[in-house]
Parts: sequence; structure tokens; C-alpha cells
Amino acid sequence: MKHILSGNEAVARGAYEAGVSFASAYPGTPSTEILEEISAKYKDICSEWAPNEKVAMEAAIGASFMGGRSMAAMKMVGVNVAADPLFTFAYTGVNGGMVFISADDPGLHSSQNEQDNRYYARGARIAMLEPSDSQEAKDMMVEGFRISEEFDVPVMLRMTTRVCHSKSLVEFGEVQPQEKKPFVRDLTKYNPVPAMAKLMHASLEKRMARLQAFTEETPLNRMEMHDTAIGVITSGVAYTYAREVFGDSASYLKLGFTSHLPEKLIREFASKVDKLYVIEELEPYLEEHVRMLGIACTGKALIPREGELNPDIIRRALLGEEPELIEYDKSVLAPRPPTFCAGCPHAGFFYELGKLKDVILVGDIGCYALSGNPPLNAKDIALCMGAGFSVPHGGQKVIDKFGGKERIIGVMGDSTFFHTGMNSLLEAAYNRSRIIMCIVDNRTTGMTGHQENPGSGYVLGGGKANDISIPEIVKALGISFIRTVDPMDLAAVRTALKEAMAYDGPAVIVTRYPCALKKYSPEDLAEFGRNTVPYTVDTEKCIGCKSCMKLGCPAIRFDGEKKLAQIDGNACACCGVCAQLCPKDAIGKEEK
Amino acid sequence: MPEVKNVVLCGVGGQGTILASKILTTGLIDAGYDVKMSEIHGMSQRGGSVTTQVRYGEKVYSPIIGKGAADVLVAFEKMEALRYLDDVKPGGFVIVNDQEIPSLPTLQGACAYPHDALDRVKEKVNTQVIEAAGIAQELGNIKAANVVLLGAMVKALGLGDLDWDKALAACVKPQFLEMNRKAFQAGFQAE
Ligand SMILES: Cc1ncc(C[n+]2csc(CCOP(=O)(O)OP(=O)(O)O)c2C)c(N)n1
Ligand code: SF4
Ligand code: SF4
Ligand code: SF4
Repeated sequence: MKHILSGNEAVARGAYEAGVSFASAYPGTPSTEILEEISAKYKDICSEWAPNEKVAMEAAIGASFMGGRSMAAMKMVGVNVAADPLFTFAYTGVNGGMVFISADDPGLHSSQNEQDNRYYARGARIAMLEPSDSQEAKDMMVEGFRISEEFDVPVMLRMTTRVCHSKSLVEFGEVQPQEKKPFVRDLTKYNPVPAMAKLMHASLEKRMARLQAFTEETPLNRMEMHDTAIGVITSGVAYTYAREVFGDSASYLKLGFTSHLPEKLIREFASKVDKLYVIEELEPYLEEHVRMLGIACTGKALIPREGELNPDIIRRALLGEEPELIEYDKSVLAPRPPTFCAGCPHAGFFYELGKLKDVILVGDIGCYALSGNPPLNAKDIALCMGAGFSVPHGGQKVIDKFGGKERIIGVMGDSTFFHTGMNSLLEAAYNRSRIIMCIVDNRTTGMTGHQENPGSGYVLGGGKANDISIPEIVKALGISFIRTVDPMDLAAVRTALKEAMAYDGPAVIVTRYPCALKKYSPEDLAEFGRNTVPYTVDTEKCIGCKSCMKLGCPAIRFDGEKKLAQIDGNACACCGVCAQLCPKDAIGKEEK
Repeated sequence: MPEVKNVVLCGVGGQGTILASKILTTGLIDAGYDVKMSEIHGMSQRGGSVTTQVRYGEKVYSPIIGKGAADVLVAFEKMEALRYLDDVKPGGFVIVNDQEIPSLPTLQGACAYPHDALDRVKEKVNTQVIEAAGIAQELGNIKAANVVLLGAMVKALGLGDLDWDKALAACVKPQFLEMNRKAFQAGFQAE
């Protein structure tokens, strides 16, 4: 019987079939559901959220060293964070097999760049597999562990959004039992000090040579010969697009093992076809290699490097065909951008931040990334996770050096603080700058779908965790100005910001209130309670000043004809923040 | 089996497009079709537009289609019908839920909601309008609007012979099954 699984669900199944004992990850679209699925369905795998990807990678490496099969999962930018352990892990090699997933996001469906992580495999000198659909994702997990142990290498399973989030049919395989190999002390393998690492590098080269031989033979790389007028070299989801466009009117060299490219196979394939295309998403990773072999081919000269690939782009680029479309006036469409949810604890806080003068606001990565959009227009700058305090620090130093008057405020969420924000805060505390650092603790990892994190009191799968207090960490990191405020109380927010602005040194404000979409824990209920009475606008009192609209709450609508604000009682999350913005006291709880 | 058919479902986060496509794929797989379904998570959760593509046939390669390739577009919201109209093949078919959900810029008064979206769609392509929310409400739960639309979609695709009772039973909670069956039938029979 076949099962319909997303690529991520298939990876989880593959981990289970391969007898994985330990799995760690930090959430990140499009990879998040891998660990969620393992935790929900395959409970005999020890699965955990780590504070960040480097830690997840290192924990999985530790599990491998002790002889268990282990894995880590992350989105592509997470591999940047995890790159340090990875490059040396390539030297040591594995004990129990180790596979990690890099989930790339061509098209930036929810990312800050569209880097192509296939270059990591080449750079770190590890093995890489590229599945095209869910069946391959599952099968390659299983084969990946075999390769990892046979060749003593870490293996990267390189997925992309369309492979992660598309569902297709999967035939299950046998489940291998979990096993632990003995750990044997061996400094030439596990202790990469310079003298040893030199030897390890030499050994790595030997392992790479064996993988080069393997790539020529493995069925993961295969020719599919049909009409030979056109030959297509391709990998990953691009294979499915190429098949869609050319069908049997072309032949294919479908590459699944792509850290080491099969030179003989490529030459043989090229010699059998008249015209050679390389069809791949993002960078010319395969194409560069084919050219290096002195083989003429067409790829990125016609197919764009940026953006997500699709069959239309291939048709247009290589066949000059445009689809026939229904034509109509799109200018009448109103945009439908993502917004803060009704009752979001970030909204009021950013409303207050947006009002401050002579302030530059540096955000971070999380739901509050939306705070730069209208009507809040608060955020000015963002970069990557954890940069929300370190970028302000460097910036403030330059402003101060040149006698500028601006103050920089950094804002990041709780999960981001634990991820790498703690280091950034330490930078500001240690090198003392006058920035204001805000940690907007909504008791969850909101953006990626509400995962637990070290501050939320729970672990993956729902077990209780230690209480880890953000203000106490901040204090221990050397900050003396700390204010904890309820972000739903705007007067308290204003007071805290005023005091922080008056303080000449690194100041921290921690807000604490649950995300409106969070499933409340018993502790949340005890601490925050829950108001279930929606708010409403008194049409007698409302003067149509639009002050309440500045919050951007999607439950509030402005009726341009009647010149009145209206609240949709079904959408209202009963938070009461809009009422604090009304100069006429026109917003109050609905009468029962 | 016939050539590959393409269906696009579009709407606004939280409208239940994903469940409708899940029931659809469950029925198709059971009937022996190769099926691929693609959805985009991420920022779409925060009230943005969402789309799901379902493709089925004897052998499906690409999980996604390009513009102008959908045989049927099922829009759970009127403005989204217009937004994704060019996903449809000229000569294709559109099913629209008779519902308007304002987006933030329209709530704010920054731009106008196109109240004539439906007319603009009808002008270009064969269109069936369904009051799915009203029908579902009458059956007792407005949330079943997605299954009403599923019924209409199944009819439009000529898939009425498949075992939809079974597919529904596999995808919805037992206590809601009866109501969802009725919702499906109401959609299937809607004119
Ligand atoms: C290195 C890296 N890992 C993961 C992500 C994916 N990601 C984006 S936002 C986010 C979570 C943010 O959570 P939090 O800071 O608590 O803010 P919230 O969304 O809850 O407001 C994650 C994990 C990323 N962008 N970069
Ligand atoms: S998911 Fe939570 S944190 Fe994110 S916008 Fe919605 S309420 Fe705010
Ligand atoms: S109380 Fe006001 S701000 Fe809060 S959710 Fe309701 S309408 Fe929005
Ligand atoms: S802030 Fe008060 S008076 Fe002004 S539009 Fe809103 S409800 Fe009316």
C-alpha cells in the first residue's frame, strides 16, 4: 500500500526505517515538520528542539560519536550557523551514521535569502543526496545512513521547499532496529588538534576518492534514454519539471548523489545526445562541473539563477513557448499581505516604538519582521537571527563616535534570543553601548508554527522543561537596567521606554505575553488568564479619528462612508489594546 | 486513465483549503491515480493568500503547474478568484465561494476591495458560484463550507463515481462525518 506523504513526512519515515536513535533540529521553514513528525509518530526516536542549528548539529555529532545513528534538520540559513562543527566533522567522520537535512527555499517563500546549499557539500567535503519527491526523500534517508557508515562521512540530504512541502506517494520499506556501536577512544579520529587533524585531512581525501568511484556506479545517478535530440542533466525537483516539459522527447541524466559528480557517466551521456541542457534551480552547481569537463552545455545562460524554477520558466527559456493565458485587469486587486494576528502581543509594542523620535529600529527574524509594514512602519533594519542586538551595537558605536543623536533600539523574540541573541546581548553588555535591547517574549516560537523553546517551559512532544528565565539570563550577562512589562499595557510600555531612553548604557526591556495563536499551557492560563469578551465600538462616541487603525489589527475596519471604526466581534481576540488608543473612550467590551 | 488533470484551490489562511485538498487526494489515491499536491506554508499563515495545487493522472511528474494550466480553479474567496484567474486554462472552469474577506489594506481604507470581482471572473470564464458558507451554516456548521466546495469540485472534475464517503471518513473526525457528508452532497448537487 502506498501512503501520501510530504517530503518532510517522508524524511521522518526514512529516519525511522533507518533505525535512527537521536534527532535534533531548530525550526525553520521549510524543514520544521520533519522533527514534528518524528516526535508525533516515531516515539522511540529521541527527538528534540535545540536552541539553534549549531547546537543541533553538535548534539547529533555527539550521538554519532557514541555509536548511534543520528540526524539534524534545519533550513538552509541554519546550515550557516552549523557550519563550524560541520567542517571539522567531515575530518573526524562518523561512528554511527549521521545525516542532516538542509531545506533550501528557492523563491524565498519565507526566508531572508535564497542561498544554494549544494556548495556546502563541496566546500565541507561531505556526501550529498538530492531527492526529487517524497519517495526519494524517504529512500535517500535510508541509503544516506548506509553511505555515511560505509564511507565514514556526514551526509547532507539537500531538500527544497517544493520537495519538503509537496505530497506524493510513498511505498514504505523495512524498519531496521536501532543499534549502538561501541565507542572506542581514538585520538586520531576524535581529537582534531593540528597534528591529528593533518592526518584526518589525508584520510578525508582517501574517503573522497572512494566516494568519487561510488558516484559512477550508484543507481542514485541514472540515465533515462528516450529521444536523443535533447539531453538534460538535472537533479532535485528540477528533474520533475524537466520531465513535465520534455516528456519522452528528451533523454535525462538524473543525478541523486551530487556531492561527487560522475564524470564518466556525464561524458557518456553527453556523447549520446545532440544538444545538452543542464536544468537546475538557483546556482549553476551541476553546470559548472559539466563545463569543467570540457563539455558544451546550456543552462544558466537561458534559465534564471534567481527565484524558484517551474515548468513555465523552462518552457519559456528553452523552447521559447509562452502559455496561453486569460487576460484581465489585475490592477483592481487589493494586496493581501501577511499581517499580525488580531490580539498579537507584538502589535501594541511596535506601535509605541514606531512613535519614538530620533530612533533607529533594528528588528530580527520572527513574526515581528512584519513590523516594518504599514500601518506600524516601525522597523528600519533587519539581517539574520540574533543580529537584532549586535547590529545596533556596532551602529551605535559609529553614531556616538561621530556625535550623532540617534539612539538604536534592537528587538528580537524569545526563540531568537535563545538562538544566538544571547551572544549579541553579551556583546552590548561587555563592550558597553547605549543601545536599548527589547526581548518580545510571546512564550513560543510563533513564526514557524508555535514550537516550544527553552523559555516556554516545555520540550518537543509536550514534556515539562526547566524554568529558564530571560530576565535572569540578562542579569547574569551583565545588564543592570532591566524592565519586564506587559506589552498589552501601553502606558507601562511607554514608561519603560522612557526610562530606557534616559539611561546612559545598555538597557533591556523584556515583554511577556502569549502569542494570540498559542495553545495556552496551564501555566499560561494561571499567569495571564483569558478574556473572551470581544471589544466593540460605540458609534455614538466614535469620531472617526482613525487612531485605533494605527495598530493594524485585522479585526478593526474603517467604514469610509460612515466615518466610523468597526470591530468584527468574531475576529476580535479580546486583547483591549485598541481601546487604549482611542481618544474618545469609544472602544469597550461588548455588553453581554 | 486520462491525461493529467490540474486543480488549484485558493483562499485565505484558515479557510480550510488544505483539508479539502486532502480529502480530494485521498479519494483519488484510493481510485488508483498517481497524485501530487503542493502547498505553501510560512508567511501565508498570517492572513495572506494561500494556494494548493493538486495534480492527478496515470503518472504525474511536477508537483506544480504554471500559469494557464489549471483545468479547475476553486476559489474560497472572491478576490482570490480574480487574483488566481490566470492560473486557469482558457476554456477552464472556476468555482467561487460567494464570500468576501477583506485584506488589511482594504480594512485600513488604503485601497478598495473590488466588489465586482465575481463579475470580472464570470466575464472571462465558465463560472459556478456557490454560497458555501450559507449552505454549511444551514447544515449546522459554517466550517464545513470547504467540504461543500469540495462536492462542487468533484462534480466539475467528473469524479462523482469515486468513493467519497470513504475519503471523508478517512479525513474528518467521526462526530463531524454525517454533517460533512451532507455538506459534500449539497456541494455536489449545487447548480
Ligand atoms: C538561522 C535561522 N534559523 C531558523 C530560521 C527560521 N525562523 C524564522 S523566525 C523564527 C522564530 C522566531 O521566533 P521568535 O523569535 O520567538 O519570534 P516570534 O515569531 O515568536 O514572534 C525561526 C525559527 C531563520 N530564519 N534563521
Ligand atoms: S502568530 Fe502569534 S506572534 Fe505571530 S503574528 Fe500571530 S499572534 Fe503575533
Ligand atoms: S481588542 Fe481591539 S486590538 Fe485587540 S483583537 Fe480586538 S479589535 Fe483587535
Ligand atoms: S480611535 Fe476611537 S474615535 Fe477614533 S476611530 Fe477609533 S474608535 Fe473611533
